[in-house]
Amino acid sequence: MEHKLLSEHYHEEEYRTLAGYKSFGGYKTLESALNKKPEEIIQQVRDSGLRGRGGAGFPTGVKWGFLPNNSEPRYLLCNADEGEPGTFKDRLIMERAPHQLIEGMLISAWGIKSHKSYIYIRGEYQHCIRIMEEALKEAYSANYLGKNICGTDFHHDMDIYIGAGAYICGEETGMISSLEGKKGQPKLKPPFPAVKGYLEKPTIVNNVETLAAVVPIIQDGVEAFRSIGTEKSPGTKFFSVSGCVKKPGNYEVPLGYPLMDLIELAGGLREGRALKAVIPGGTSAPVLTAEECERARMDFESLADLGSMLGSGSVIVIDDSCSMVDMLSVVEKFYHHESCGQCTPCREGTGWLSKVVDDILAGQGRIQDLNLILGISENMMGKTICALSDAAALPAISFVTKFREEFEIYIRKTLAQRKSGVLSA
Amino acid sequence: MKKETQKSFELSAEGLAFVKKELTRYETKRSAILPCLYRVQKENGGWVSPEAVSHLSKVMDIPTAYINEVLSFYTMYNKCPVGKLHIQVCCNLSCAMNGGRELAEHLCRSFNVKEGEISANGEVTISRVECLGACDIAPMAQVNEEYVGPLKKETVVEQMKELLKKQ
Repeated sequence: MEHKLLSEHYHEEEYRTLAGYKSFGGYKTLESALNKKPEEIIQQVRDSGLRGRGGAGFPTGVKWGFLPNNSEPRYLLCNADEGEPGTFKDRLIMERAPHQLIEGMLISAWGIKSHKSYIYIRGEYQHCIRIMEEALKEAYSANYLGKNICGTDFHHDMDIYIGAGAYICGEETGMISSLEGKKGQPKLKPPFPAVKGYLEKPTIVNNVETLAAVVPIIQDGVEAFRSIGTEKSPGTKFFSVSGCVKKPGNYEVPLGYPLMDLIELAGGLREGRALKAVIPGGTSAPVLTAEECERARMDFESLADLGSMLGSGSVIVIDDSCSMVDMLSVVEKFYHHESCGQCTPCREGTGWLSKVVDDILAGQGRIQDLNLILGISENMMGKTICALSDAAALPAISFVTKFREEFEIYIRKTLAQRKSGVLSA
Repeated sequence: MKKETQKSFELSAEGLAFVKKELTRYETKRSAILPCLYRVQKENGGWVSPEAVSHLSKVMDIPTAYINEVLSFYTMYNKCPVGKLHIQVCCNLSCAMNGGRELAEHLCRSFNVKEGEISANGEVTISRVECLGACDIAPMAQVNEEYVGPLKKETVVEQMKELLKKQ
């Protein structure tokens, strides 16, 4: 069953407007938060165990704690560059509850003592951009933004920055480069953004869903939040379920929810089809076989135990009508296209992976290409500035290892066809 | 690919006012490059020419190298002219599984245009793009600024012709 901690009122049309949001108790949590000390907010978020909802799952309160203890200006940057293939949950939050995001950002900004924030929205999300712009205007006119917010001495300005089509800008330092008006290339860490981020100033980058989740944590308290989900992965999470299911969409469930039940929530598989595999956390996450899916629970630890990851919460369901060779070719083409090009193992590796898989798909494959894919992938892991290279290598390794037989059969079949002249050499 | 050029380009008075505002909107002037390139693209019928970059460089007082860095890196800036209707069909995983790639081919054949090029009458460009974050309506496309889906092979051409009329 869904657990609508954030999305309880998402079906209400007026929830998008300031008046509507307030009629459901909106901005009350901000008012109470402004009566607390900023340190208390950070402590509460840390105690809640909230983990980043964008992909890496890093504890949010711990990230905030990395900020230097000085009076330097600091920025809050909301990552709304949702680009991980299969993910569409941040779009839902911005479209249905723009003020929930703004309130979460304001509470967070109060906690980290920031007076300026940006929402970096991917350029394709024109509809979200218009809704967020309207919501910001409303929030300014009601004095939830600007000077002396809610009659306190807290000042905060919030603005939108629009991306222009680059997956890598979802990586926090890539996003900072982009916000600085440059190509979105990631920067070497350390220093981490919390110490040196936007314009070399301390910057906290958090995902849309993470910031929205701050509202119920402050509103209902740490215990209420921790009572949902698992010990190490508390709270709810939006899962974007898509692919071969009858009712693709976003489903908010407690973390630790069984994967097969989640697929059932999304309408289950189509008639007459059998489950072949699931990518549980965006295309960067290693694929799970049907047998592994039976055991999989949707939280950070359970999926790590299965050798995969929760990532952004994008669940791509693959049934027996799909060819794994074909699917991997789509995935690797994507990473090749999106590699920013500054690190050699990634720039070259993604290209080679894409080429080798495409050759197999086109019927030009050799059995030894499978080991070649594994060799290239291993040389791409842990050797680059950001995680894109690993993100391209992980699916390649998992597809070829877990579905080796299917790849081999495909290669042998096309080889035989080539020899008999069915396929041109 | 042949390098596309045009005779000249200048921003309108409103465009110049927009640039002026963006230059002071962010903490650093350079941050204005991305929004200003969008403005140029909008005023130039959907693409950014080298001449437009030169013009923008003068107006913003920012070297062309900085502007070209941004222009060449991001895919949403078109470096060649596009049709009145730019149909960007998602061909990433969830859309591919649901027929996105076949839709892109079908559209190219129906409008008699090669992928990424502009149709003879200047009306349509069809390109394949990566995940647009709308897998719940797969297979889908971004048509100019609007998301449309789930698309069906039987009706997609009619649907696009309707959208073209509105442009």
